[in-house]
Amino acid sequence: MTTRKIEIMVGFFVALAIAATLMLALKVAGQGASGNGETYTLYAKFDNIGGLKVRSSVKVGGVTIGRVEGIKLDDEDFTPVVTLSISKSYAQFPETSSVSILTSGLLGEQYIGFQPGFAIDDIENLSDGDFIEDTKSALVLEDLIGQFLFSRGSE
Amino acid sequence: MEWFARLGAGTLDKLSAFGRATFVLLGAVVAKPRPLKHIPLTIKQIYVVGVQSLSIIIVSGLFIGMVMALQGYTILVDYGAEGSLGPMVALSLLRELGPVVTALLFAGRAGSALTAEIGLMKATEQLSSLEMMAVDPLRRIVAPRLWAGMISMPLLALIFSAVGILGGHLVGVDWLGVDAGSYWSIMQSTVEWNEDVLNGVIKSIVFAFVCTWIAIFKGYDAVPTSEGISLATTQTVVYSSLAVLGLDFVLTALMFGI
Amino acid sequence: MENLIEIESMTFKRGQRVIYDNISLQIAKGKTTAIMGPSGIGKTTLLKLIGGQLRPESGDIRFRGESIPGMTRNRLFTVRRQMSMLFQSGALFTDMTVFDNIAFPLREHTRLSEKIIRIMVLMKLQAVGLRGAADLMPSELSGGMARRAALARSIALDPELILYDEPFAGQDPISMGVLVKLIKELNDALNLTSVVVTHDVTEVLTIADYIYILAEQKIIGSGTPEQIKQSDSPLVQQFLRGEADGPVPFHFPAQSIEHELLGA
Repeated sequence: MTTRKIEIMVGFFVALAIAATLMLALKVAGQGASGNGETYTLYAKFDNIGGLKVRSSVKVGGVTIGRVEGIKLDDEDFTPVVTLSISKSYAQFPETSSVSILTSGLLGEQYIGFQPGFAIDDIENLSDGDFIEDTKSALVLEDLIGQFLFSRGSE
Repeated sequence: MEWFARLGAGTLDKLSAFGRATFVLLGAVVAKPRPLKHIPLTIKQIYVVGVQSLSIIIVSGLFIGMVMALQGYTILVDYGAEGSLGPMVALSLLRELGPVVTALLFAGRAGSALTAEIGLMKATEQLSSLEMMAVDPLRRIVAPRLWAGMISMPLLALIFSAVGILGGHLVGVDWLGVDAGSYWSIMQSTVEWNEDVLNGVIKSIVFAFVCTWIAIFKGYDAVPTSEGISLATTQTVVYSSLAVLGLDFVLTALMFGI
Repeated sequence: MENLIEIESMTFKRGQRVIYDNISLQIAKGKTTAIMGPSGIGKTTLLKLIGGQLRPESGDIRFRGESIPGMTRNRLFTVRRQMSMLFQSGALFTDMTVFDNIAFPLREHTRLSEKIIRIMVLMKLQAVGLRGAADLMPSELSGGMARRAALARSIALDPELILYDEPFAGQDPISMGVLVKLIKELNDALNLTSVVVTHDVTEVLTIADYIYILAEQKIIGSGTPEQIKQSDSPLVQQFLRGEADGPVPFHFPAQSIEHELLGA
């Protein structure tokens, strides 16, 4: 009867909505692919973080391995400390690894480029709560121009 | 003096309307549920407000996604950033356009129909007649429509966003030649489930509540004449749209603002 | 004789406008009581007051001795199952077939099986002569048929009291005759109490046991049809004969026409 048709159509509607949600979850939000799995925390001190923001990505050779969890200023030496939360599935980075703040494209957003160091025998892997010693700050356009002018002036 | 009197009268008028609207809402929501009777009624209303809005939602979503991809591409390609087309389309749909455009379309398509339907029921004494049959029209007529609206709109918004992203893919990838891999992968690395998708759904639930409430109240409170109902229908669309846009700002500021 | 409804010195205002000023009337059980009066004096309002949809300013309305304005909503809903109202427009639910319309009160208020409901609905439809129209939608019915269908719906739960709101208004002579016959038969067969609000004088005089005439916020006359016909009140006589001018003036109250047309 008519109620039957209505029930079928409503069922179809809800199924369509579920399909849309699944698509948004898996294909758009990338849920499940990389997963919101367990993470561990690393810290890095920079002189200047430029336009880095909380939730910017941390990448190794373009592969996202984690996100910036927090940014704050160190109480003593007033330099920015960035908290990185890295996926547990990438836990084998040696202590000699370095991080630098890079920009994707000319005007793209800034992210942290993670450069794994060489694993030599007596060097341990980075573990939860470690500081990464080797950091390169963001490029600030004004500084670059200043340096350029300065070097021109000294010629 | 005259001006103050008018301001005062206007304020009192609005306040009493708000009071009546709250009364309608409470009367509809605060009731002993009778699942056997009310679930079929709600399903029927989901059919009316949800399923019958599906085609307009899908078509609009598709076109908005396509237009955004086209517009976005022409801007992004200048900076060599056409790879960011995916996140641009996805984020604007999930955070803003999905919930907002769905709510606006819903107000125009389903909200006005709800107002007119309830208003006509009032004009043709159907509501009075329910009262006299000892059936509470708030529970019997209003409540199922309220629930149906609240259930349907978030679902419609999700479908809208999904279709829009596919529309963006159609134009961006299939037509303009953006790399399909980067369209999806950059989207995936940028879009967050909690931050973007769920916040959009929350917005949509809020809009659903407001739009349906306005539509139902305007119908229930309509002057039962032809002019009264046409006025109420217009007001439903206007008030719902304004409420959606205003609330959108507030919600966006709360969710994504600093 | 027992009274089903007693209205006692009831006053009702809509905004500033007084609709009823301290009126009292009784409706006897098992009888047909007609309430007549010129259009626009709020006869429908009286039915809504009896049904508890409106509350009087002062005074009391009692249904079987129990005060309607004093009832809680739940109690009122229980009492309303024993009364029903035939609206002027019929007020059929436009999204249901005639059958479902008549089944509606049964489905809402009883736990009867669909099979029994079907039998009951068909019996009610048979009573009003519309069994053949069970599967039509209300929009496919003529005005008279819609009113008969609505009548079938209002007797679905076998109420004790039926309130008829202008049952004859806008009907052709045949439909009118059918309705008069139906109201009369139902009243006799089901031992109902009927309250008919109308301004159709001739029809009412044939079916009513007792008549109240309302005008200018008051009851201006009451009695059996015979007594009413004999009444020497000029108001009553004007109403019965349908004279254009008289104690009820032809003109809506206004300033004098000379004054209005000539300005000044």
